[in-house]
Amino acid sequence: MTDISAPPGTADLLRPHAEHVFAAELTALESSDDRPRPPHWRMSPWAVVTYLLGGTLADGTVITPKYVGARRLMEVAVATMATDRALLLLGVPGTAKSWVSEHLTAAISGDSTLLVQGTSGTSEESIRYGWNYARLLAEGPSAAALVSSPVMVAMRTGAVARIEELTRIPADVQDALITVLSEKTLPVPELGIEVAAVKGFNVVATANDRDKGVNELSSALRRRFNTVVLPLPGNEEDEVRIVSDRVADMSKSLELPEVPAAIEQIRRVVTVFRELRSGVTADGRTKIKSPSGTLSTAEAISVVTSGMALSAHFGDGLLRPTDIASGIVGAVIKDPIADQVAWTEYLEVVVRERSGWAEFYQACREMS
Amino acid sequence: MSVSPAVNEETGQVEIFGIRHHGPGSARSLLAALDAYQPDTVLVEGPADADPLIGWVGADGMEPPVALLGYAADRPSVAAFWPYAVFSPEWQAIRWALHRQLAVSFCDLPAAQTLAQRRRQGSRADDADDADDADDAEAIREHHGDDAETRDEQPVLDEGETELQQRQQQAVHDPLALLAAAAGYDDAERWWDDVIESRMDGASPFPALTEAMAEVRQEVGSIPGLAAEREARREAYMRQTIRATLRAGRRRVAVVCGAWHAPALTLPLPPAAHDGRVLRGAAKRKVTLTWVPWTHERLATATGYGAGVTSPGWYHHLWTAPDQPIVRWLTAVARSLRSKDLMVSSAHVIEAVRLADTLAALRGRPLAGLSEVTEATRAVLCDGDEVAVRFVTDHLVVGQALGSVSDDVPTVPLDADLADQCRRLRVKREPTPRLHDLDLRKAHDQAKSTLFHRLTLLGLGWVRAAESGIESQGTFRETWESAWRPEYAVTLVEASVWGTTVESAASATVDKIAARGSLAELTAAVGDCLLADLPIALDRLLAALTEKAALDIDVIHLMEALPDLARAQRYGDVRQTDTTTLRQVSEVLVVRICAGLPHALGSLDDDAAADMRRRLDAVHAAIGLLSAEPAAAQTAAVPAPDAANRADPGRDGARTTDEATDSRRRWLKVLAGVADRPDLNGQLAGRIVRILVDADLLSDGAVRVRRALSHGVDAAAKASWVDGFFSDGAVLLIHDPVLLSLLDDWVAELGPEEFVDVLPLVRRTFGAFAESERRAIAGRVAAGSGQQSQRPEDDLDLELAAPALATVRLILGTSR
Repeated sequence: MTDISAPPGTADLLRPHAEHVFAAELTALESSDDRPRPPHWRMSPWAVVTYLLGGTLADGTVITPKYVGARRLMEVAVATMATDRALLLLGVPGTAKSWVSEHLTAAISGDSTLLVQGTSGTSEESIRYGWNYARLLAEGPSAAALVSSPVMVAMRTGAVARIEELTRIPADVQDALITVLSEKTLPVPELGIEVAAVKGFNVVATANDRDKGVNELSSALRRRFNTVVLPLPGNEEDEVRIVSDRVADMSKSLELPEVPAAIEQIRRVVTVFRELRSGVTADGRTKIKSPSGTLSTAEAISVVTSGMALSAHFGDGLLRPTDIASGIVGAVIKDPIADQVAWTEYLEVVVRERSGWAEFYQACREMS
Repeated sequence: MSVSPAVNEETGQVEIFGIRHHGPGSARSLLAALDAYQPDTVLVEGPADADPLIGWVGADGMEPPVALLGYAADRPSVAAFWPYAVFSPEWQAIRWALHRQLAVSFCDLPAAQTLAQRRRQGSRADDADDADDADDAEAIREHHGDDAETRDEQPVLDEGETELQQRQQQAVHDPLALLAAAAGYDDAERWWDDVIESRMDGASPFPALTEAMAEVRQEVGSIPGLAAEREARREAYMRQTIRATLRAGRRRVAVVCGAWHAPALTLPLPPAAHDGRVLRGAAKRKVTLTWVPWTHERLATATGYGAGVTSPGWYHHLWTAPDQPIVRWLTAVARSLRSKDLMVSSAHVIEAVRLADTLAALRGRPLAGLSEVTEATRAVLCDGDEVAVRFVTDHLVVGQALGSVSDDVPTVPLDADLADQCRRLRVKREPTPRLHDLDLRKAHDQAKSTLFHRLTLLGLGWVRAAESGIESQGTFRETWESAWRPEYAVTLVEASVWGTTVESAASATVDKIAARGSLAELTAAVGDCLLADLPIALDRLLAALTEKAALDIDVIHLMEALPDLARAQRYGDVRQTDTTTLRQVSEVLVVRICAGLPHALGSLDDDAAADMRRRLDAVHAAIGLLSAEPAAAQTAAVPAPDAANRADPGRDGARTTDEATDSRRRWLKVLAGVADRPDLNGQLAGRIVRILVDADLLSDGAVRVRRALSHGVDAAAKASWVDGFFSDGAVLLIHDPVLLSLLDDWVAELGPEEFVDVLPLVRRTFGAFAESERRAIAGRVAAGSGQQSQRPEDDLDLELAAPALATVRLILGTSR
């Protein structure tokens, strides 16, 4: 296992792992949990769901919600981890897929670092195993010369491995997972051995179904996964809550100077995003064009965060419409021509007419 | 019912089985409990006057879902349904008793009383006019839903009812769901299985449930308003029935009723005197009851039954599956997905079962329920695809089962009437589509057509006008396509609230339109009415129409109504219907239009003027049709002057050429009167001049064209004038030398500059003509000067052609 005895230095890290940030919550859950635990799980499935959705324990420990959304989705996800099918989190970018997968693994096996990042350049070695070539040349094939992949480590220790952006991995490399997921073993023919998975091993993969250039899963692989589709936040209140919570977290870890996270501006960003996404204004009266970008909640978060950075360093320390305008314009206009049209139309038709939005309108006009 | 304190209730034993309506778990527990109790009499919640029908439950050919239908004999539109599925505890209890040849009867308030109360409420809700069938029927239909869902009569809900009231209502509908929700279950059936079935060690759960219900009743408190009165009556009636049964010497009585009522029926019963008082003086009306087929879909919430059962298909499965309900269910889901070419393997099913079980464990439930199974279906079998999940929900969770009723069961009168007519007309109810080509000149075919039109009015999708179309084949031909689907049995039942025969039901539908519809809807209905041969309804409709037309201040509405009427009249004649009244109404309408038209024409912008022009044309055509009518009705051989002579203004007060041409003359006179108005939009002015020119009423047509297009008029006005005058005139320009020369002369007289000015305006209109038309017009113009000599007029034998010419003239409606 990769050595991650990080806690002492966590404070300095830009983005500490979930199991470190929420170490106290995890420990509290673990100690108060008296329900049956699947083998090698840190806590019972019920406790995992509580960790994800938040709640108050018997001893008074408050568990913060990690995922805001339907309880049944998390229950299905956690229940899947307890079966021998792997979990596939599907959704458009920015619907907290990776976030959920990180917290799931942190809660189940206490380790969210067994991660394979899927790209078009991901090779079979990163899913199966590679070699330390210096050793291989010097000593010949031996267990010591073998470089385990995160998946292999997870199999040995009965932990959960994460695979991010599964559909970006080339199809032939994806299929290396089939043996792992169906036979639960990973043969190493060079050494004449196989690594058999210890109980508790499983895989969480994430994939987005809207991206260009994805490699569809083969049906053989697909049927090794249970699919949970994570939706965009259902209502505005939920989304505002997600954005403001995450913004607060991030500015803490980025050590931005204290800026009162103006809920009004956050609501504005969320409104703009939701309206452009759905192609109709919140009151349902006006149809508008939808830009090509996904305009996910994650992007709303980064717009607000960068706005706060702007106002802290260059502004008056208050989150102003001007601070978020540049971020919004950048997030919306992904295609310089089509999106520009959609955005200008939205500005002129919707934003301009809205009372209390005049400053924001002016700021956006200056930006674009 | 005599109220005697000496009822020997003590010697008899009464068990109350408080069940959940449409609950398979209840049904299963109930059967076990009945087996253990061994009653000699079974009383079931349901209208007491349906007792004669109870024997059918065991008959061959009775396939639930079916429903008891009760309707007022004097007015079938007042009706209520009591549906039963195979998993309904009441249904099972009746079957259980019938199988053992025990006495079994319904014990709830008779339909004769419920429907009488219904009527009282109906008139309360709309006391405007009691005689108005349509209004009343409307009020009743709303009740069906409520009844179907719970078999608890519901009051007309007042708007803005409080949350507490809603809770109270729910408590009465499905009190067990309330208990289940309190225990954290979203599916009352799973709660029943978990809490009642699997933990009761075989002992009857019903005594405990009755106790629990007593608590719930206390908690919820009394139900407000009208419902309270009704509930009190129902429970009083049930108690009285129990007393009577005991008095009749029954020793072991089983009462199967909704759990809500259980505490009110347990022994010792309160003194009978009170119940007698509650029931005294209840209104009654004569009611007919029968069994009708029902569907799972109509049991489900999805079709708007509020607190009904959401998943009859799932319940049906729970009832019918011998063991392993989850495995069997998911296998069925997989099969149905495969039928839609979605690849689902057995491995998928295995994983889905595991996931469902794990989820249930995670949620702390001993068994997986519908929600767990659906989650597993979504995540494993459907790969997260909502569309596939919805398919499963529609096809399996709700289910599409259609019940059937034994052939001997007395049917809905409407159904019987339809069956009878079908037999007579030799039309079969068959599922394969069949084309009917009807020649309306044959009596048999006309009868068929009438029937089909009536069914269309009733909204029965069995027959519909087929593609080949009616108009393309002449007015005496109709093509229909019929394809029977089992659901239509239900549509028929629905339609049966309108009447007992196809004719009366269709009439009632028309009456509803007459009472509610707008003028345009009314006139459209006139056509339907004629086609469906509903003379009495037509009279009422026309009366309503006349009244509406008189009150309608908007001449536009009248103008839109007239064309339909004129067409309807024409159809009427083809069908040898008496259209005297219709004609009168049309004449009156023309008079009203003529009176209102001048005011409606002024100061219109281009869009409004375009609409008005369309209406003007339609009315003009309609009036032409009205005037041409007598000739069309007579044989073509009779020359027109003759027809005019024969017309006797006194006879029938209508249908005379004089009156017909009268309206036409009146119409043209009004148009001539407005033609010179300065505030007329160019389009309209052009159009009116054109109509007048066509009718030979203007001698200065050419001058008018020139004037309208001269220098003093601004360009846009010119353009619209040309448009109004010449559009759709391509064919006329080709064939009418007068019109063509009018145009030609005008163009020829234009100076070069003037021509350039006018060109774009004229192009706008003539550019809309088809190219071939333009070419033909150009050809005519080129051949132009010699047009007079092209007519071989001299060769005609006018004497020989006279009758034909006269007829043509009449058809065209010109007197030229």
